Amino acid sequence: MSGKGMNLTLKIWRQKDAQSTGKMETYKVNDISEHMSFLEMMDVLNEQLIASGDEPVAFDHDCREGICGMCSMYINGEAHGPDRGVTTCQLHMRMFKDGDTITIEPFRAAAFPVIKDLVVDRTSFERIQQAGGYISVNTSGNTQDANATPISKHDADEAMDAATCIGCGACVATCKNSSAMLFVGAKVSQYALLPQGQVEAADRVKNMVAQMDLEGFGNCTNTGACEVECPKGISLDNIARMNRELIKAQVK
Amino acid sequence: MSGFLKSSIGRKIAMALSAFFLMFFLLQHFAINMLSVFSPEAFNEVSYFMGNNPLVQYGLQPVLLFGVIFHFVMGFILEIKNKKAQGVAYAKNNGAANSSWVSRNMIYTGVTILLFMIFHFNDFWVPEIVEKYVEGKSQVGKDFHAHVAHMFENPIRVVVYVLAFVFLALHLLHGFTSAFQSMGGTAGRKKVLQNIGKAYSIIIPLGFIIIAIYHHFNHH
Ligand code: HEM
Ligand code: SF4
Ligand code: FES
Repeated sequence: MSGKGMNLTLKIWRQKDAQSTGKMETYKVNDISEHMSFLEMMDVLNEQLIASGDEPVAFDHDCREGICGMCSMYINGEAHGPDRGVTTCQLHMRMFKDGDTITIEPFRAAAFPVIKDLVVDRTSFERIQQAGGYISVNTSGNTQDANATPISKHDADEAMDAATCIGCGACVATCKNSSAMLFVGAKVSQYALLPQGQVEAADRVKNMVAQMDLEGFGNCTNTGACEVECPKGISLDNIARMNRELIKAQVK
Repeated sequence: MSGFLKSSIGRKIAMALSAFFLMFFLLQHFAINMLSVFSPEAFNEVSYFMGNNPLVQYGLQPVLLFGVIFHFVMGFILEIKNKKAQGVAYAKNNGAANSSWVSRNMIYTGVTILLFMIFHFNDFWVPEIVEKYVEGKSQVGKDFHAHVAHMFENPIRVVVYVLAFVFLALHLLHGFTSAFQSMGGTAGRKKVLQNIGKAYSIIIPLGFIIIAIYHHFNHH
């Protein structure tokens, strides 16, 4: 592999902690294989930094297979980089070429403050979920099997599509308004489409939208950027559904 | 209802409602202006009616003014809130990779329209109001058509109008379908409505442009 890889220049946001003001720093990595994932390339950089006694670049990651939503990074001006339908851990270095300069920044939004380097605090998403992203089920020992409730194929499919949102925050990072509406739209939709979600439907959408506003996310201008950058292909239709749900909750 | 307007989505729905109203008004304004090209007599008659019918003057006109003011004030409120929601600006941001220029610049096309509207009101609406309600003059038999033709003798005015309508077209190229989405409809994402939106956004402003140019070259 050696000698055939790419030599890259990396411009990376470095920030000591939440209180510090960060800045962009430039690094060089050599001999990067096109088969590496973007995070593996970051590992190479970090080993290099550690070997030279420098502080490695902090970044979020966990599953490294596109399901947990932890990895973030704004790469060359796009959330999760230039590829479509992938998280950063699924982004391959073959998307880049020898000699490239790659700009790597944390996800930006007032509601996603930087903790360190490329790590941002996305607990605002968790608080939105806690505000209504659940159903109340009797768990006293005679819990009904969900399969006992008939659901149309169409609704089940759409609910499943909405439920594939991994809460990564790429939609917010991408949105010029830092709006969380794709995420919240998906979370509202996954219940709105199912009978189990009906009981708390009105309160759910009202409370989740209220929490979203409280966290300081922006308003949707329907640019559609979120849908393009979402690794799970969550559809803008979910935002429309959330808006309908909120209108319904209002007249209820 | 006031609580509804405090919610991000409530504001967006109100924004879309005001936008639908403005797009409907624009159609009506367009139809009347077209008369000035095809039939000066009919144009004069309709202009007199619109300017002097109490239902239009005291019923529809205030609604229109409210609609316009509501739309741009809400536009500014949303813009301020959205700016506040942003964190530190990206060193590198590739907006063109995932969204259209028109969708990202509604505030700028909107502000251009607002500046034009101030100019336009000063051209036609303010003199009308002064004539009718300050000077108390009767408009019976007034040649509205001649006034319009006279106004467009000035090439600078023609250029201003043409440019303003280009910006309106850009505003509508995103706004038309966006308004359906804000209202919770998915129709705006279907090809049919996207095409209707494109047609509306191009034909109507282009029509206004043609009317302005027509009067420039056909004043007597
Ligand atoms: C008076 C000056 C105007 C200003 C400052 C303005 C500003 C704006 C802004 C900032 C938005 C985007 C709001 C958002 O973030 O969602 C918007 C949306 C829109 N505007 Fe305007 N606008 C103006 C005039 C007009 C006019 C004259 C029309 C139509 C004849 C119009 C039609 C629309 C439509 C259809 C939308 C989309 C609504 C939605 O997304 O729900 N605007 N306007
Ligand atoms: S909607 Fe898509 S981009 Fe947004 S959090 Fe969910 S998976 Fe990530
Ligand atoms: S690390 Fe889990 S999705 Fe990337």
